[in-house]
Amino acid sequence: MIEITPKSDRAEPGTARSEAMAGFRDILPAAIAAMPIGLVFGALATAKGLSVAEVWLMSFLVCAGGAQFAAIELWGYPVPVAALIASTLLINSRHVLMSASLGPKTGAFRPWQRFLTLFVMSDENWAFAERRATTRRLMPAYFGAMGATLWINWQVFSTLGAVGGTFLGDPRAIGADFAFTALFIGIVAGMWRGPATAAPVLASAAVGALTYRLVGTPWHVLAGALAGIAAAAATARPKEQAR
Amino acid sequence: MILDPTTVATIVGMAIVTYLTRIGGLALAGRFDLGPRAQAALDAIPPAVLVAVIAPSMLATGWRETVASAITVLAAARLPLLATILIGVLAIVALRHLM
Repeated sequence: MIEITPKSDRAEPGTARSEAMAGFRDILPAAIAAMPIGLVFGALATAKGLSVAEVWLMSFLVCAGGAQFAAIELWGYPVPVAALIASTLLINSRHVLMSASLGPKTGAFRPWQRFLTLFVMSDENWAFAERRATTRRLMPAYFGAMGATLWINWQVFSTLGAVGGTFLGDPRAIGADFAFTALFIGIVAGMWRGPATAAPVLASAAVGALTYRLVGTPWHVLAGALAGIAAAAATARPKEQAR
Repeated sequence: MILDPTTVATIVGMAIVTYLTRIGGLALAGRFDLGPRAQAALDAIPPAVLVAVIAPSMLATGWRETVASAITVLAAARLPLLATILIGVLAIVALRHLM
């Protein structure tokens, strides 16, 4: 074998099967956390007048929780088509940053694997892919298994929520609305690399909350993310090796 | 009404712009030679994006959500992901029911 490893401290990738299993194991907590969120989404969407088939279609084609919740918030009849598409674009604009960051780490992907797996890229599977890429080569089976798990999970539970409709009652009573927040806190904790992470996290939280108060949703996502990135650049120590 | 044409068209439009954002970064990646400052900025994208999404819930929704977020942060520093989520959800339910 004349395999050249780019970095000696990197673990070798496993078989496609073991990579897929690792992806499934890593993403399982996030998928479980997304179950009540999916139920709530489906219930809210049908309350706004969407049919069960339309709820499923949105989860199947869009598969972006935050943008879908915002869309339901804006939904009405006649359907504000332009506002809905603009809001979706704005909330999901963070994906451009995410794929820009992940793109260079997908060297092991064929082009079709890259374009297929990115269709189901979410905050969660992207976060785990970023984390894995810090210690080993990111494989398409790992990333694809996570994406497929979340995608199928989201379709099943949002559709069940739509069928169940009002059966759930107030989602706030069971804390389902907060599961999303707790999930993200847990993922960020897993990315923590000391003071270098503190500056972007604090800047993003402060500017995100302030923008939410002063300007409103969904601008807080873009403003907070950019503030965090700027804070990281401003506090970077030039003498240290990157990473 | 099972599938309303306007609704389907809207959903398809949402899907197209979403997919464009998901692959949009590929065109940007690898275009620049990164210095340490740009590298630090790139490394900060994951946590900065995630925190921005939940900042309203953590800091601008109510004191109960903020307290529950603080408890969740403490849990996240010590416990695995699923336990962190469970503690966060239990904290918000307790705060909303008891106080």
